[in-house]
Amino acid sequence: MDTTIKIGGEAGQGIQTIGDTLARVFARSGYHVFTNQDYESRIRGGHNFYQIRLADRPVMAPRDGVDILVALDKESIRLHQQELTPRGHIIYDADTLKEKHDGSGFLDVPFVRLATEHGGNKIMANTVATGAVLGMLGMELSILLELIEEVFRKKGAAVVAANRNAAQAGHDHAVKTCLTCGFSAGPVEKPQPRLLVGGTEAIALGALASGVQFYSAYPMTPSTGIMNYLASKEKEYGVVVEQAEDEIAAINMAIGASFAGARSMTGTSGGGFALMVEGVSLAAMTETPVVIALGMRPGPATGFPTRTEQGELHMALHAGHGEFPRFIFAPGTPEQAFFLTNKAFDLAEKYQVQAFILFDTYLADTQWTLRGFDLGRLRNTDYRVRGEAFQKLASYKRHAFTESGVSPLAVPGDAKHLVVTDSDEHDEDGHIVEDAETRIKMVEKRLFRKFPLMQAEVAPPFLYGDPHPDIVVTGWGSLYGLLREAVDELSRSKSIAMLHFSELFPFPATDRFDYLELLGRARLSVCVEQNATGQLARLMKTETGYDMRALLSKYDGRPFTVDSLVENLKGMIKKL
Amino acid sequence: MPTAEEYRGQVPAWCPGCGNFPILKTFKDAMVELGMEPHRYTIVSGIGQAAKFPHYTKGNTFNGLHGRALPVATGIRLVNTDMTVIVTTGDGDCYGEGGNHLMAAMRRNINVKLFVHDNQIYGLTKGQPSPTTGEGMVTKNVPFGVIAGQFNPLALAVALDCSFAARAFAGDMEHLKGMMKEAINHRGFSFVDILQPCVTFNKVNTFDWYRQRVYKLGPDHNAADRTAAFTRALEWGDRIPLGVIYRNERPTFEERFPALTGQPIVRQQAFQTARLEKTVNEFS
Repeated sequence: MDTTIKIGGEAGQGIQTIGDTLARVFARSGYHVFTNQDYESRIRGGHNFYQIRLADRPVMAPRDGVDILVALDKESIRLHQQELTPRGHIIYDADTLKEKHDGSGFLDVPFVRLATEHGGNKIMANTVATGAVLGMLGMELSILLELIEEVFRKKGAAVVAANRNAAQAGHDHAVKTCLTCGFSAGPVEKPQPRLLVGGTEAIALGALASGVQFYSAYPMTPSTGIMNYLASKEKEYGVVVEQAEDEIAAINMAIGASFAGARSMTGTSGGGFALMVEGVSLAAMTETPVVIALGMRPGPATGFPTRTEQGELHMALHAGHGEFPRFIFAPGTPEQAFFLTNKAFDLAEKYQVQAFILFDTYLADTQWTLRGFDLGRLRNTDYRVRGEAFQKLASYKRHAFTESGVSPLAVPGDAKHLVVTDSDEHDEDGHIVEDAETRIKMVEKRLFRKFPLMQAEVAPPFLYGDPHPDIVVTGWGSLYGLLREAVDELSRSKSIAMLHFSELFPFPATDRFDYLELLGRARLSVCVEQNATGQLARLMKTETGYDMRALLSKYDGRPFTVDSLVENLKGMIKKL
Repeated sequence: MPTAEEYRGQVPAWCPGCGNFPILKTFKDAMVELGMEPHRYTIVSGIGQAAKFPHYTKGNTFNGLHGRALPVATGIRLVNTDMTVIVTTGDGDCYGEGGNHLMAAMRRNINVKLFVHDNQIYGLTKGQPSPTTGEGMVTKNVPFGVIAGQFNPLALAVALDCSFAARAFAGDMEHLKGMMKEAINHRGFSFVDILQPCVTFNKVNTFDWYRQRVYKLGPDHNAADRTAAFTRALEWGDRIPLGVIYRNERPTFEERFPALTGQPIVRQQAFQTARLEKTVNEFS
């Protein structure tokens, strides 16, 4: 069982509500679910879609073929009809669209009329549509009815009952009239409800799990979801979430809060990050820990505001004037986003540096099912010198020279000792200096002493598939699910493996896993990237000297699908 | 009680006769009189001659980037409401590079104390016009005179309902000390524009120039009256008012911020592992 449902229509028609509800029902029913979205930079109108894939085995990427198309407007039919699989159906409301289709794949469900008749208000048309899709799939309504109760409880019993009736009406209508529906998404064997978590939510959840106490940001797609989620937990967790006047203020506030003793984070997208760049450098000079979530979308400038690209790896690598080390993590799944955010917090605090979580619109907007997070894996250590421990020190120098390059990081005000730091080159006390000798020692401290220790913290890339592959498909960040499913398909006839990098800087050493040897042995090494220039391939070349044999790049702002990726890879393999 | 000796910092690198010296001396005196020990406050500064200030006294210090002192100060204050947070800055740093942050800080009414050393010129970069430089002043890079209108920081403060807005003069240390103490004791954002002669690059707005023009607001000025305050704020030229021009008692940002009602954030337990399971299950 592997079914794809696409809901298409204009912005503001309720695509998101139908999609989220269906995805939640499938996850609670015990299915593996993957959802992704495609939308324009507008609040009303245009063309948007929400795609859901449900299966009885793990799914982690979108497919080309659509089994059920929920068309909320004519445009959806015109644009997506050709994506239908042989068993595919289009469900629509002929009254609303003011057009009738007679083909066998069309199912006319009068969403509005049923909503009015059974729910008492046409506003429940989307509930009718949701019920109808479940009917087409041969699924029971109990979980949807339960969800309606949860969502509408606050609005009163009458609203709950009306929505339930609307869902039932849609469901029954589909069951009765869709004689050609051959789907059977029946009950899962020994169903275990799953969590359904999105990319930005996973980053925000990871931050909460890492004790985030301060988050400042300026709204920008695709990072706003992090701020929204953390704001919803502000009081419960004691997190200050502040919308800054601009991104420059956002990063400087986070630096101030971190200097004062709080675990701090900021988030933005490429354009906003361009404004933060001087702040990255400030954090480096003052050795102030900060976690930065950087959501990539196509540039230059405003680019495609709501679409996806992996175009800012090199920006994150080089952002900030001067020379200093940093961590860059690029999660490929919500689970990785959760744990890498935790790792980012832990290492930023441990080494008093900046740690980036590099994600993209695609990952931000996808949702995945998972059993849960193994909370025992969290790394939470308080590295700060506080309270009595600080008072007991005989003296304190914020930037004291040490073997590791890491100086004690104290909380100002907790003792009579003063905490002083400066964006100018400074001495151990934090005061401005001009002399060459101190400068050299400070550069050694910040850069040369910390860097090897930081590099040792970085995990090697993840190998999936044939352990002795002829073909190695390399990628980073959000391509994880796509590459993995493509490798699954191609491994039926080929010796192939995926090499996925989710920890990019310091670039992983080869002592724990000699991935260079693996690449060197392969007949074909392809780097798949959602950008024009192959940024990982270039980083690999710089750091290791290894040249990827081929680059498969995509820079139209749309993600790959499993099918398009497999097709492309097949073409490259054929030339071997 | 601390003594003046406890506030002695490094030897200042300012020009002899600089208007910053009396401000530094007055600050130390004010701190002694307030009994404010150096570890209880943090001075945040940016870039410019005034921004070097924290090194020349004692206190927790964050000397950051040009124009960015206020956001850093805001971040510190939001996570540690026990900490007194003072920003020392100049007209270029605060009104030029950091203008957006000034507006935001006034609107938030965050409990930060802002002292602007306003010498109407750029000192560190050697004599370019600042937002408060008078129209027509000739500088090396503006040989035909400044064209842009002069920025009026106090009018801006009144317009933005800044909860404490005052002007002082480096040449009247006793009055300046009073303003500094009032600013620190005020609950909310406090802003003091301090007229500070630059003896090297501003040959127009000298100690004498200011002395001939400044006068102290008397009891006839009602600082709570916003319209009266605006009238005073617009006064410049022949007569320049010193004193509290505008004040109101609106609640501070921190008081209204739901997550800040208890202990300061930095004293709270960051890791709340016990809650996590429940939070994660909200995704089912």
